[in-house]
Amino acid sequence: MDLNIFWYLVPSVIMFAAGVYGFITRKNMIAMLISLELILNSADLNFVVFNRYLFPGSMEGMIFTLFAIAIAAAETAIAISIIINIYREVGNSDVASVKQMRF
Amino acid sequence: MDYSQFGAMLPELIILGLFLVVFLLDTFTKDGSAKRFLTPVTTVLFGLAAVAIWLIPSCGTEVFGGMYVDSAACKAIKAILCIGVFIVLLQSSEWVESDEVAIRKGEFYELLFVTLFGMFLMISARHFLLFVIGLESASLPLAAMVAFNKKHYQSHEAAFKYIITAVFSSAVLLVGLSFVYALSGGSLYFDDIRAAIAGSEMSGLLVVALAFVIAGIGFKLSLVPFHLWTADVYQGAPTAITSYLSVISKGSAAFAFFVIFVQAFGTVYSGLWEWMMYAVIILTITIGNLFAIRQKNMKRFMAFSSISQAGYIMLGVMTESALGLGSMMYYIFVYVVSNLAVFGVISAIENKTGKVGMDDYDGLHKSNPWLSFAMTLAMFSLAGIPPFAGFFSKFLIFTSVTASGSMPLYMLVLVALINTIISLYYYLLVVKAIWINPGEAKVEAFRSAFTERLALWLCVGGIVFFGLVPCIYDYCVNTAALL
Repeated sequence: MDLNIFWYLVPSVIMFAAGVYGFITRKNMIAMLISLELILNSADLNFVVFNRYLFPGSMEGMIFTLFAIAIAAAETAIAISIIINIYREVGNSDVASVKQMRF
Repeated sequence: MDYSQFGAMLPELIILGLFLVVFLLDTFTKDGSAKRFLTPVTTVLFGLAAVAIWLIPSCGTEVFGGMYVDSAACKAIKAILCIGVFIVLLQSSEWVESDEVAIRKGEFYELLFVTLFGMFLMISARHFLLFVIGLESASLPLAAMVAFNKKHYQSHEAAFKYIITAVFSSAVLLVGLSFVYALSGGSLYFDDIRAAIAGSEMSGLLVVALAFVIAGIGFKLSLVPFHLWTADVYQGAPTAITSYLSVISKGSAAFAFFVIFVQAFGTVYSGLWEWMMYAVIILTITIGNLFAIRQKNMKRFMAFSSISQAGYIMLGVMTESALGLGSMMYYIFVYVVSNLAVFGVISAIENKTGKVGMDDYDGLHKSNPWLSFAMTLAMFSLAGIPPFAGFFSKFLIFTSVTASGSMPLYMLVLVALINTIISLYYYLLVVKAIWINPGEAKVEAFRSAFTERLALWLCVGGIVFFGLVPCIYDYCVNTAALL
């Protein structure tokens, strides 16, 4: 069986959908962050696959992915440090506990 | 490699140099002695840098293979933003020197300069890789700045909401860009994308890609329906950061938005993104206004006001012309001074008394007539009452939208006009609280610091004179033609 571009794009779409679903439904801050990582990874996978199958002559998608991974790592680091701050204040990492400011 | 290319990015290099100077001063001076001078030195150096950025000529060159463009319009918007940042620095110096923050003041300036550097990159980028790097280095340090009030719980809550929506929006933007990459023939240059999608027929993938890109950047600009983080973050963040977020961050994102939509997706304007932006702008202006009416906290109130102002700024994108870009830059310039005047008053009162509720402003004119005067002028300007700059910026942006003469755009301007009248109601609520509401003043009389007064005078001067001096508008339109 030949592995064409379709076989790579379906997992990417599933990752994106799972990430959005998880981001909306999860009640824990860390779980929300993991869902966000899924969306970012699906974008990275898209770039690599499009580069490999559609434009094998150039490297632009691969380079973009390298930068995107570094950016995602920085985002996670800052988000985790903010979650640690909140954990010190309220004693848990539940999304329902950060609702002082509303409407 | 040709290192002389870096000569074209002088504004970025100046900001980076300033960052290094502040970093070294902060690291190698001892607390209590020389560190006292960090705030005045930084403010004065930044003032000189702003003057330098105004004065250096733009040579219109492309460097790094066309990734970075040094055009007159880019330089003009950078210079405008520099004035805004200078005013923010003046306003924040009192808060920065307070006991709670003084020990970390170096970090505040470092983070501020890094975000400004990212915004400059974002403005000049003509390739999506550089654009994304600029966008992220503008938005990630801002999350740390929102969490700057370490001892206040609300600051952490705001920072969490900000970072989660910022990461979500950039993730959505990256997915959208990956679809754009698939359609663009293997290149992420704006020009190549434009050429590639002009030749092909409309595909579903392009619609999804554009929707994702609009959503990703709409989060940064807090356009409705991507605005839900705005009010909470503006309320929880320290006031200096709120003013920075609402003015500088928004202005740079609006300019970058225009460049992307005209240069990369300009050829599919009427087919695709015209109606998307049409709906988003109407929603933004209307919902921002309606929610602003019921706010009692001044910072939350300014959040919804700035959402609705973002809708007006985005009207410039709908024109898709140099005239529209010029009007948009002029609008941003006027918005910088008007909004910073409001935040100057809010932060002056908050620094002295800690009060931010709208009912704390009752009878303010009895105790603090000058602050009341500045606040009133700023509210008139934001609402668009004639002799002040806000009227001219709204008038010129409406004119540029109707210049093409198409019926849907006339309807859009009609909706915006009706919303201007609604906005008059809630802006004047603040004026009413200050001048008309009965009772004794809830804020006692005080004299604000020299830097705060200087910042307020700069803002008031801008509000009064920007509308009456036509060369500023001419400058914006003339430079906008050289995008």
